Amino acid sequence: MFEDIGNLFHGFAVVAQPFNLLLMVVGIVLGVIVGVLPGLGGANGIAILLPLTFSMSPTSAIIMLSCIYWGALFGGAITSILFNIPGEPWSVATTFDGYPMAQKGKAGEALTAAFTSSFVGALFAVIVITLVAPLVASFALEFGPPEIFSVYFLAFCSFVGLSKEPPFKTIASMMLGFALGTVGLDQMTGQLRLTFGVESMLNGFDFLIAVIGLFGIGEILLTMEEGLSFRGKSAKLNMKVVLQTWKELPRYWSLSLRSCLIGCWMGISPAGATPASFMSYGIAKRISKRGHLFGTGEIEGVVAPETAAHAAGTSALLPMISLGVPGSPTAAVLLGGLLIWGLQPGPLLFVEQKDFVWGLIASMYMGNLVGLVIVLTCVPLFASILRIPFSVIAPIILVFCAIGAYTVHNSTFDVFMMVAFGVGGYFMKKTNYPMAPMVLAIVLGDKAEESFRQSLLASQGGFSAFWSSGLVTTIMTLGLISLFWPLIQNGWTRLRGGSAPRPAQ
Amino acid sequence: MSDSINEAGGAGPSQRGAEIGVAAFIALLALIGIYGSLKVGIGWASDGPRAGFFPFYVCLVILLSCAVNTAQVIAAPKDGAIFAEWGNIRRVLSVLAPLIVYVTLVPFAGIYVASAILITFFMAWFGRYSLLVSAAVGLGMPILTFFMFEVWFLVPLPKGPLEQFLGY
Repeated sequence: MFEDIGNLFHGFAVVAQPFNLLLMVVGIVLGVIVGVLPGLGGANGIAILLPLTFSMSPTSAIIMLSCIYWGALFGGAITSILFNIPGEPWSVATTFDGYPMAQKGKAGEALTAAFTSSFVGALFAVIVITLVAPLVASFALEFGPPEIFSVYFLAFCSFVGLSKEPPFKTIASMMLGFALGTVGLDQMTGQLRLTFGVESMLNGFDFLIAVIGLFGIGEILLTMEEGLSFRGKSAKLNMKVVLQTWKELPRYWSLSLRSCLIGCWMGISPAGATPASFMSYGIAKRISKRGHLFGTGEIEGVVAPETAAHAAGTSALLPMISLGVPGSPTAAVLLGGLLIWGLQPGPLLFVEQKDFVWGLIASMYMGNLVGLVIVLTCVPLFASILRIPFSVIAPIILVFCAIGAYTVHNSTFDVFMMVAFGVGGYFMKKTNYPMAPMVLAIVLGDKAEESFRQSLLASQGGFSAFWSSGLVTTIMTLGLISLFWPLIQNGWTRLRGGSAPRPAQ
Repeated sequence: MSDSINEAGGAGPSQRGAEIGVAAFIALLALIGIYGSLKVGIGWASDGPRAGFFPFYVCLVILLSCAVNTAQVIAAPKDGAIFAEWGNIRRVLSVLAPLIVYVTLVPFAGIYVASAILITFFMAWFGRYSLLVSAAVGLGMPILTFFMFEVWFLVPLPKGPLEQFLGY
């Protein structure tokens, strides 16, 4: 414990180097831009900007990339409140009360509340990470193949159980991800599979290409279809409004705390920031005395989803750094970054790469603070980005997507694949197939398969390895419970009598 | 989302058709996967499961869930929801078509020239900007990208005859 605090201070010293501070500011600014622009979000924004970090040290690289992530989380709030356009899926709930507030001329209050509660949520999650991640990692060091597989199993099952999309669509998209992940060289037997003699497929499908295509190109196609025109409220933020709002915010401490807890819980299990923000908004609406006024511009309706979304977005990094299991597509992209910089994600990071891990954790504290200052001072600047017409922005985003896809393996074939994934993403989005499980399955496919096959080997082809010790059995059972959670919930409410209400979303 | 389109009352391909089409396409990918897995062997060898073992079962699960998804669509009453209006689909194609041309051009012309063409074309044609403004943005962006990637961050991007002519 005390050693961890020492490590953390060492991390702060690493982050406070002038070069790293500069990267932090650059990262936040790029991140907010990415968050504000349609078609670019945390995951594909980081995927596209990943090549910029190839020549940096891993610690500097992760500082910049994680700051892009914080920036994107902040940026989503700007467009939701001023333009009624959620820049990111997790800021949809922020539009419910944020935009009405802006219409009433209280844009300044709404933005201040959103940024501040984002900061509070993130800070809470970082403290949780600081305290819990080292413990989880040291615990996970003992894991053998069956335990590792059971963790993956739990992660993917909770996707199916907690997702709002139809379960079989989630399963189809997840399994498609696993199938795409198996293309190329089989790491255990050294055999080529599913390449059908096509040379460009030897390397398999890189998930970064999938991320850029699904989230970037797919999103641009969707935006084109909906034909968005951006007409926003003007943003003016002066110190007086900020201070006034800050004076008001401590009143909502219980709301904040509740939203932090919801966010952390949803973020660690791979359900992610979007359901967390909706859940937090829904619960706040039910509990608050002014709940009936929600939707007309209540400040609580901004605080609740923003706190939860940021807490979830941040805590999604907990399983990523301690177990090597990313809790969100963005965390998955960061994990992909680790591999590119030559680091092996997983519990060993805490032992072998102390500088890196604690630098990352320290940069979470600093980055969110720097981010808060930057967004509070530069809102009008960022809002003006959205006033650039889409016919100018769209081709530029396409160009950056193509550059990002090319630089992953220096291959122009990947650029074609990006377009294919983009078209796929458009159709998946239109027919309600979730894309996050597919991306995570492509990332984790190799490792999940390896641990699965090793466990099967250990138990001579049976499944007994997964029920061999208390720990594995517990995790596997938890996985099964979360897989069938909607059914269990339904059955439970029916058991308690009366007609079963629809499961909570 | 389909609700709002429904209210607009335009004509277009049905959501049912799209759902079934997507499920069929995913099932087709799964069948290809099963064929490929069978080719490398799905059973056990002396050193454990063979290379096709995992993808084979994964693809089986995909087939199963596609069947369930299709059955659910067919069982649901026809609600007449449309996938998207034809006009909207045309807009999607108006960005997709230039994009496909663009990525086909990249290996030959290099990414900078192709990008300049894409941006200029899109702005002039879709955004109805004057050719002068479009060309200014279209040339400015790739030049900026060139300095950012090749010079500052030392990341090489695909180059074509023009860059060779200029000595890169």
